[in-house]
Amino acid sequence: MINMVLLMLLLASVYAIIRLDRLLTAVLLTSLFSVLVASIFMVLDAVDVAFTEAAVGAGVSTIFFLAALAIVGRQCKPTPRRKIIAPLIVVSATGCVLLYASLDMPRFGEPLAPVHQHVAPRYLNDSAAEVGPPNIVTSVLASYRGYDTFGEVGVVFTAFIGVLMLLGAGTRRTSIEPPTPTGAPKESMRKKVVLKEVADLVIAPVLIFALYVQWHGDFGPGGGFQAGVIFASGIFLYALIYGIEPAQRLLPPRRLAYFPAIGLLLYAAVGIISMLRGGNFLNYSVLVNDPLHGQHYGILAIELGVGITVAAVMINIFFSFSERSL
Amino acid sequence: MALLLDIVSWITLMIGSFFCITAGVGLLRMPDVYTRAHAGGMIDSMGAGMIFFGLLLQAPDYLIAIKLVFTFFFLLVTSLASIHALAQTVNVAGVNPKLANIVNRLEKNRQKESPPSN
Repeated sequence: MINMVLLMLLLASVYAIIRLDRLLTAVLLTSLFSVLVASIFMVLDAVDVAFTEAAVGAGVSTIFFLAALAIVGRQCKPTPRRKIIAPLIVVSATGCVLLYASLDMPRFGEPLAPVHQHVAPRYLNDSAAEVGPPNIVTSVLASYRGYDTFGEVGVVFTAFIGVLMLLGAGTRRTSIEPPTPTGAPKESMRKKVVLKEVADLVIAPVLIFALYVQWHGDFGPGGGFQAGVIFASGIFLYALIYGIEPAQRLLPPRRLAYFPAIGLLLYAAVGIISMLRGGNFLNYSVLVNDPLHGQHYGILAIELGVGITVAAVMINIFFSFSERSL
Repeated sequence: MALLLDIVSWITLMIGSFFCITAGVGLLRMPDVYTRAHAGGMIDSMGAGMIFFGLLLQAPDYLIAIKLVFTFFFLLVTSLASIHALAQTVNVAGVNPKLANIVNRLEKNRQKESPPSN
């Protein structure tokens, strides 16, 4: 029942996104889409994924879309009819293939499905003895699948470099300083009394919650990815309310640009250290004498690396967007 | 005691749902931005507040109750502040409330009508 309602809302929001030519409304509807998808994940008991979807899809990516809209404008150009046909064919063909493939999929919740047969029983039964954390998602993500997560952090880092290249960060840094007439900021500050009070009230709990999500990821839903995004959104709030310059004074962009690499290197360093101590790359059991303790320290360290990379990437991208739109 | 709690929480949940539905109708039917903002604020303050109170009475232990209180606090503060920011921005952009126009027109009409009568 609740699945059907969520699915209908999902379809309705997708239809609205496709039909709208006002981009601002479309962006807000994509945020709604992410919230709905997060609710569906929640119904499916995938708490970690729902958390990530809510934080990244509904929160941060909406802010990035809005920042991009500030550069490119709010209206989309009407597409000529003849340009529609080829994409329509491609999309329909892909959709048909996917529908055809879904016929072969096992029934929902089928215990004999391949995903429940391969490695899942081992994760469920042995992860407490082999890795330790009560949250099995964390032990799969950080320890069993440590290579994959390392790759993901690498992807985030690479995407960050790509965005910086596209936005041309660093080339316009000198041009942003002068243009502030002295009267204007004071005027806009005066109007934001309520927002400032609310921001003062909210920012510190947001940052603390980010740290909680970071360090509590072993026990509950959460981890480096979500924590990084939440931390970054606290900084975004500060920058949106108080202006970009105080935020850049707090976190100088030039120094902040090193942090994505630092997080990734921290992750890699854990792997290297475990190799030096005689294990495989990213095998945390050899880090200290007790394998379980080693797993625990290793997971904490790599989650910290993930969190640093994600938070720094998000804040950097936000800063470079706002430099462009000035 | 449990029955009483159930009854009270049912009543508050129903009141909260009622506020949510009426506010949804208001969001669609109200004439201008300000009144629609009021309807939107109603969802977050009264609707969500009543529903959270109803859920609070159903909370099995104090940890969940505290989490609910925190969630409601943040929802209240952030969403009402964002509605305030919206209305403020619209006001700064120079949109007048429609109701104010109606009031102005009524007053003008009265002034027009009153001088001849004097």
